[in-house]
Amino acid sequence: MTPRGDGLDAEGFLDGADVLVCCGSGGVGKTTIAAVIGLEAARRGRCAVVVTIDPAKRLADALGLAGGLGPEPQPVQLDRRGGTGELWAMMLDTAAAFDAVVTRNAGDAAQAERILANPFYRNMAGALSGTQEYMAAETLHLLHGDARFDLVVVDTPPSRNALDFLEAPGVLARFLDHRLFKLLMLPTRRGMRVMNAATQPILRAIGKVVGSDVLADAVAFFQAFAGMETGFRERAEVVIDLLRSDATRYVVVASPHRETVAEAVWFAGKLRAQGITNVTGVVNRIHPRFGTGAADAMAAFDDADAADTAELAAGDLTVEHALAAADAAADPAVAALWRNVAELRAFAVAEHAELAPFTAALAGAATRAVPLLAGDVHDLTTLAEIRHHLFGS
Amino acid sequence: MPQLSASRVTVVAGKGGVGKSTVTAVLARSAAAAGQRVLVVELDGKPVLAELVGDVPCTAISAPAALEEYLREHGFGRIAKRLSATGVIDVVGTAAPGIDDIVVLGKIKQLERSGDWDVIVVDGPAAGHAVTFLTSAIGLQDAVRGGPVRAQADDVVELLRDHERCQVMLVTLPETTPVNEVVETAYALEDRVGVRLGPVVVNAVDGAGVDVPDPGGVDLDREPDGAVLRAAAEFRRARLALQAAEIDRLRTELALAQWHLPLLPVAGMTADQVGLLARSISAGPA
Repeated sequence: MTPRGDGLDAEGFLDGADVLVCCGSGGVGKTTIAAVIGLEAARRGRCAVVVTIDPAKRLADALGLAGGLGPEPQPVQLDRRGGTGELWAMMLDTAAAFDAVVTRNAGDAAQAERILANPFYRNMAGALSGTQEYMAAETLHLLHGDARFDLVVVDTPPSRNALDFLEAPGVLARFLDHRLFKLLMLPTRRGMRVMNAATQPILRAIGKVVGSDVLADAVAFFQAFAGMETGFRERAEVVIDLLRSDATRYVVVASPHRETVAEAVWFAGKLRAQGITNVTGVVNRIHPRFGTGAADAMAAFDDADAADTAELAAGDLTVEHALAAADAAADPAVAALWRNVAELRAFAVAEHAELAPFTAALAGAATRAVPLLAGDVHDLTTLAEIRHHLFGS
Repeated sequence: MPQLSASRVTVVAGKGGVGKSTVTAVLARSAAAAGQRVLVVELDGKPVLAELVGDVPCTAISAPAALEEYLREHGFGRIAKRLSATGVIDVVGTAAPGIDDIVVLGKIKQLERSGDWDVIVVDGPAAGHAVTFLTSAIGLQDAVRGGPVRAQADDVVELLRDHERCQVMLVTLPETTPVNEVVETAYALEDRVGVRLGPVVVNAVDGAGVDVPDPGGVDLDREPDGAVLRAAAEFRRARLALQAAEIDRLRTELALAQWHLPLLPVAGMTADQVGLLARSISAGPA
């Protein structure tokens, strides 16, 4: 367990890690935390690349991604102060990444073109549930093998089911194992050939429901895809192994609200069920309490021992203490300032109350709280401030 | 107190983490309190919603179940079973994306047509799926030229475009990214669906009736905790200023009425707190 007041043990956390996966529900600041981890890694001499999915514009600006989507990692200009590390960042464009995978793996240019132009493929690239997660995994595979980087930080897509990312590499493989695929393709001496759809009752029925032109597109897609499915399956295996290896660490990010805590708890449980123990918990954007020892109160989240939290709450960091001070103040302006402190602490107390299930779910894992800042995260200075809260000085 | 308008179906939409379920429950309970027959529909299988709505009836619609039911009702009973048993349904869904959404919306249309309810509040799909969910019928009209699914899509589009029967209420937070997202979503829905947009709900608004004096104007020299008071005041004032700027920007970029829900210092939401919020919905400054 992390001692309170200190940051995460960056050495234990980052050393020996090839891959860091940040997970949690949307809106908790996952991308920010991923960027901050990349920043710390670079500070420690690593060459890190952060893959973001949908960064807030100002964060993208802070990372030098203002130019928009790019399939290629861009170097982030760091104030390096003598360090040798590097930070790179890229945004994942799912459809473009899928196109690139097809182009890279097609037997020839004509096959790639046939697939890319197929309406069924276009629907699938944009809409098949898990495609974004699958492409994040494909990109991870690519960057992990890229000699420029020794650490890949992945900001997982804000999926409804946070585990999709772990399962994504299997999704397409299963899709290709699909019954329809088998229904459509008949092995022949010269490879696979597409069945005559009209002779299959089930296909006729599907055609009646969705329309025969839609079905024809699907048939054409599977026909064009024939021969590529083995490569997809093999890469899926490699990524699944990588995601379960000791060199891959997980950071579960939550904000101090019931819904995101519930999602983080569920995800932590799933990781544990898969035998993954390299897990760190981060709660982002907790209201600061303000007052002497407030930093300890902040870090008290690290401590699963409720008695410690109670002890802190009983000190002069309480709502009641601030309200009493407001009542005792002679100057109405000073009283208003104390009421402000009371209100901020009330938010903090309510938020801490939400964290118990998260702390329990991550028992034994390092956990860390990051306070809500007065302003937006919009440049490397604010990222450095969060880095300080996360890792200490 | 603002009320849900005459539109019978209100779809509550917004990105994950903005408090969509809370807002759904608040809207449902304030309508129920005004004597309307209210049904809450949830699509995500989130048990939390049922806890929040109090006495208001709540029903869940799942896409696979709705699709099976739909196929059965349209004379495809025999293949419906086979389709879901073999998993071919996923492929059908990919071939005609949005088919899941269509059958769910079709089910909502059925509830609306039943006449049993004055108000149906739908807790829309999570994350970024709201636009996909509501545009699926339009997309399917382009992709599928005939058959029962096409007919269903036509019915759904008719419902979505009928301003008397349906509206979308977008939920956001008074922060940069959620405001950007809600503006984008609003334009996408207006352009691509033509659905009526109700007031936008700004959730977790801090500072109604709060006055934090500028610490620079207060004599804190003799206060032993002066530094704490100053730091806390500067923090809150900065947060409030950021929030006010985002609310202003939302008003400039989106010509919709705003309803504000206050940020409550409570751990999560319980049915009681939702009741409290239902009584405290306020129309944002025009």
